[in-house]
Amino acid sequence: MNILVCISHVPDTTSKIHFIEDNTAFESRDVQYVINPNDEFGLTRAIWFKEKQGAEVHVIHVGTPKADPTLRKCLAIGADKAFRINTPALDGTSVAQELAAFVRNNPYDLIIAGRESIDYNGAMVPGMLAALLDIPFVPNCVGLEIDASTAVAEREIDGGREKLKGSLPIVIGGQKGLVEESDLRIPNMRGIMQARQKPFEVIPPLEAAAATEDVKFEKPAKKAEVKLVPADDLDQLIELLHKEANVL
Amino acid sequence: MSVLIIAESENNALKRNAAEVASYGVALASKLNASCTAITFHASNAAELGQYGITKIAHISNVPSHFDAYAQANAISAYATQNKVTHIVIGSSADAKFLAPLLAAKLNAGYAPNVVALPDELSPLTVKRTAFTNKAFAHTQLLAACNIIGVGNNSFGVIENEVNCTVDEIEATHTASNLEQISIEKITGKATIADADVVVSGGRGLKGPENWHLIESLAEILDAATACSKPVSDMGWRSHDEHVGQTGKPVSTNLYIAIGISGAIQHLAGVNSSKVKVVINNDPEAPFFKAADYGVVGDAFEVVPELIQKLKAFKALS
Ligand SMILES: Cc1cc2nc3c(=O)[nH]c(=O)nc-3n(C[C@H](O)[C@H](O)[C@H](O)COP(=O)(O)OP(=O)(O)OC[C@H]3O[C@@H](n4cnc5c(N)ncnc54)[C@H](O)[C@@H]3O)c2cc1C
Ligand SMILES: Nc1ncnc2c1ncn2[C@@H]1O[C@H](COP(=O)(O)O)[C@@H](O)[C@H]1O
Repeated sequence: MNILVCISHVPDTTSKIHFIEDNTAFESRDVQYVINPNDEFGLTRAIWFKEKQGAEVHVIHVGTPKADPTLRKCLAIGADKAFRINTPALDGTSVAQELAAFVRNNPYDLIIAGRESIDYNGAMVPGMLAALLDIPFVPNCVGLEIDASTAVAEREIDGGREKLKGSLPIVIGGQKGLVEESDLRIPNMRGIMQARQKPFEVIPPLEAAAATEDVKFEKPAKKAEVKLVPADDLDQLIELLHKEANVL
Repeated sequence: MSVLIIAESENNALKRNAAEVASYGVALASKLNASCTAITFHASNAAELGQYGITKIAHISNVPSHFDAYAQANAISAYATQNKVTHIVIGSSADAKFLAPLLAAKLNAGYAPNVVALPDELSPLTVKRTAFTNKAFAHTQLLAACNIIGVGNNSFGVIENEVNCTVDEIEATHTASNLEQISIEKITGKATIADADVVVSGGRGLKGPENWHLIESLAEILDAATACSKPVSDMGWRSHDEHVGQTGKPVSTNLYIAIGISGAIQHLAGVNSSKVKVVINNDPEAPFFKAADYGVVGDAFEVVPELIQKLKAFKALS
């Protein structure tokens, strides 16, 4: 069983978001980057398969050397090999094209990506990748079992869950639920030392074209001061919600 | 130029979000001076989209009767190619977000999700969407010959505009699926976080799962969905499906009521795009008050029961 985990590299969830160059670019200075949380759940599930069922786990990122520490961390947690396709990630389409070209040359049984990247919130790379490869795809995946030829995957839907079965290879858009928070691993010394010996390949890109471009960013307008209502006058709250906010 | 809107359905009827997606598509088509068609699967009441300005519907029923992303993506992309569609408008439900990337790859289309308004510019097509989990907006150019706009829930609204609507039955040619549905579980008769107008959410301040009747009773009166902060689902007080925030479900409703939730940055990021936020917290320094529209500083165990009584009285009158 060969598993590929797609890793996006994102600002830590506590990051304050700022823009530079006339609001055309994200200010990455002083920002701590981490493995996209959705991908960390997927990677942990992949390592679980490796330990319980036997599998080789590779991680891949499309991007610049800035993400190398993130990929090393994946190796320290338990991935066997890392790849970085050496080109800036322009948009979901170009990233999916780069990944698809790689997978066509290096087939995998299972490809786990995340539900979405928490920075640009595209939720598109895994679906596009599956469509380009013409293989099944299950997004928002909260449960995954595999055997030699099939996957049974549960996806979260609005107000419930759907259980689906598909044959391998398959692409998964994973999230919390694939494993629990308490299953996530913190790299230990041994893992970090071993990671240094593990293969790390830098791959030349296709230089696939983007289909979209973020030309400007904007922060939400400053909020007006909260209106406080005394706890012993809730009629006032109802009045405000009814007449002023128009939501009752 | 030609606009295609994707109207979602479920149990042989249009879903609620179809009205907003149709309203957006009709408004976009009128800006572009283009025609606008809706495509829908297994919706016996498809013609109701006429209430929102849709004059023409392509209805498909020779695909599986449950939502099947692969079969639908194939049918829609075939239709879009045949009819030289240039703009596709889709919603933000879990199913829409399943379908849109498949379609984008098949059609070589550009795709922008979580769009909050009509385009800033028509050429090059530029849309405003949320990014960084609601901590910012991006203005995104869509550069392909056909582009997909994913409209954020409750971000555009519904525009009533009644017209005559004709429904044409279309045969999909490629009807196979690449996934087999084993089971589906769905809460029925109760609003869900994704499509409710109101969400009532509880945090660690409620002390334990035994106190959730407060959240549930308040939600019931308001016809609201219930949600919770991450520690609440981590501790197993509530199921994981209710966890909202940056790493949970996004909430984009008209009214979000947060009870005993401190307002950590990761929580706010996921709920900030809700229109009106009400916070009930006994700590006047709780960060959530800075992000709220209305606030009550008080003990949830006193405020919530009283609010329930008062809302009952209010509902009885109106
Ligand atoms: C990587 C990462 C991702 C995260 N993602 C999310 C996410 O998606 N969603 C999320 O919610 N959190 C997320 N968190 C956690 C977040 O940082 C906070 O820890 C969490 O939101 C706090 O939950 P809470 O407000 O319920 O609890 P607390 O912070 O403990 O707040 C409880 C609040 O209740 C109030 N209170 C106490 N008693 C009463 C009473 N009797 N009446 C009224 N009010 C009372 C208190 O004043 C306090 O403000 C994430 C954290 C990390 C590190
Ligand atoms: N630059 C990238 N390199 C590798 N994988 C990526 C990249 N960007 C996104 N992904 C994968 O696609 C998932 C969804 O990302 P997105 O479509 O950007 O929201 C992420 O969770 C990753 O698994």
